[in-house]
Amino acid sequence: MAAPAAATKDPVVSPVRSGPDYFLGLTVAACVATIFVLGWIFWEIFQEALPALKELGAGFLTGANWQPNRDRYGVLPFLVGTVATSLIALLIALPPGLAIAIFLSEDFLPLPARQLVRFVVELLAAIPSVVYGLWGIFVVIPLIQQLGTWCAERFPDVPPLAGPAYGNSLLTASVVLALMILPTITAISRSSLVAVPRTLREGSYALGATRWEAIFGVILPTAAPGIVAATILALGRAMGETMAVAMLIGNSPRLSWSIFAPSGTLASLLANQFGEAEGMQVSALMYAALVLVALTLAVNFAGEAVLRYTEKKTAGIR
Amino acid sequence: MDNPISHAGDFFGDNSPESTKILGRSLLDRALTALCIALSFLALVPLGSILYLVVKNGWPLLDWSVFTQLPPAAGMTGGGFGNAVVGTLAMVGLALAISAPPAVLAAVYICEYHPKSRLSDAVRFTAKLLTGVPSIICGVFAFAAVVLATGKFSALAGAVALAVLMLPTILLTSEQALLGVQKAYREASYGLGATRFQTIFRVVLPDAMPAIMTGIMLAVARAAGETAPLVFTALFSQFWMGSLMEPTASLSVLIYNFSTMPFEHQVKMAWTASLVLVLLVTASNVTAQLVFSKRHV
Repeated sequence: MAAPAAATKDPVVSPVRSGPDYFLGLTVAACVATIFVLGWIFWEIFQEALPALKELGAGFLTGANWQPNRDRYGVLPFLVGTVATSLIALLIALPPGLAIAIFLSEDFLPLPARQLVRFVVELLAAIPSVVYGLWGIFVVIPLIQQLGTWCAERFPDVPPLAGPAYGNSLLTASVVLALMILPTITAISRSSLVAVPRTLREGSYALGATRWEAIFGVILPTAAPGIVAATILALGRAMGETMAVAMLIGNSPRLSWSIFAPSGTLASLLANQFGEAEGMQVSALMYAALVLVALTLAVNFAGEAVLRYTEKKTAGIR
Repeated sequence: MDNPISHAGDFFGDNSPESTKILGRSLLDRALTALCIALSFLALVPLGSILYLVVKNGWPLLDWSVFTQLPPAAGMTGGGFGNAVVGTLAMVGLALAISAPPAVLAAVYICEYHPKSRLSDAVRFTAKLLTGVPSIICGVFAFAAVVLATGKFSALAGAVALAVLMLPTILLTSEQALLGVQKAYREASYGLGATRFQTIFRVVLPDAMPAIMTGIMLAVARAAGETAPLVFTALFSQFWMGSLMEPTASLSVLIYNFSTMPFEHQVKMAWTASLVLVLLVTASNVTAQLVFSKRHV
């Protein structure tokens, strides 16, 4: 009696007609694989860095000597170089980056002009790192060398500017890095500027503010967290950027106060030495890679957190 | 900076030098606008310089033979970089084959099955973290996982490094592509009695495909230009690619190697390779945009 009823009912009620969804299993597997990859990267690098971690410990971070032929590994000069180049690059890129973001979100010039600038900035993001490096060798290095010589004559007592001036220097790498992170700053700042509600702008105009009073008084403060996020994410990008820096910075393991002296970054160290490294050097380089990952992930994490906070915070006024 | 309300107060309260004050404010406004426009167009200068030099220095050597010949030895002239073009295409293709299927499938899960589950959150978070991992770290990973394991530098190691680089890009753009599919399509499909699998395969994926292809092309463009993941995984080779398990040339590593050589011809070749690479990357980017614009609404 119950059997025919169930037979007629079944095809209608059951949402799945053909048994278990195997495709779901496949997609779950893909998800797990994605998470697994990140874990694998860490595990693999950690595993290879273990001998150096055991032997060098925290002294690796504070040691100022990098002499593979004598088995001495101190990563401090590269750590300093990484932080210094990215911060200087940020300092150079922030004013024009922000100006472009404002330019793109305002209507100073007709749309075609804005589209041109936007296209150019997007193109800047698409140019490969090595091409920046090649361009830097032939354009930026001579310029920086001249600037350095000029500065060394004028300011022999200011340590960061005093010579001797080299073309392959910290500043050269920073200038090219600035160009490379410009699109990141512009894109994220622009989207947070565009997200500022029209009513806020109109309100400040109605109170008699000029355009720039509205920008500085209302729009920039409202978009500030997004701009901070853009800055932090750009910093993360600058820290991890490798090839252009490796081609321009001179790759010297020596600490120097001068911005016109050759230096090195963690990423350029890896690019230069991995190909020919052996034994303990491989492990020390893995340790350096671990430091670089920790640094960039921390910075990116902070940037994403700020971005998420911004989205939450501005959700109410949109 | 200035509080607009206080300005409004000034305006209504104090009358004497009002006209000059307004003039001053509007002049400052104009000046800032000019400064902003000037700074924006300043960005055109370096890009113009890069493109100009790449074309000017790269053009003279560009002809068909650079695609069919092997790189010249140090100090020699002639030759080309055919093997590097082949190597780049092969490694990017292999990387795509490794990374695209799991990336798109994971995107399907986080969009179509359980968007709010813990696994979906974890995948999105992982993808965000992976986009922040520097490309050189992908190289370090491939070095540890493939080069040290197999004992030799190889195209496979390079492809693995590029695959890790492409995975988050494809995943996140695919997610956006799937989110762009209208809900009504899915509901109509379910309404007609389709299963979830049928809905995903017959309705959602076909509609999202152009946008997914855009993401894939963007990832390809980025990977083709990358040097850092290849410089100590695929290394370089003077010869044609024979198998996936040997050192392999790529355009980007060729530019890196040749740019620092003290020979004029090699440097010129680096510029020509740059021109080819920029064209390749731009072509992928433009294709991506064109494919995307074809999407029907």
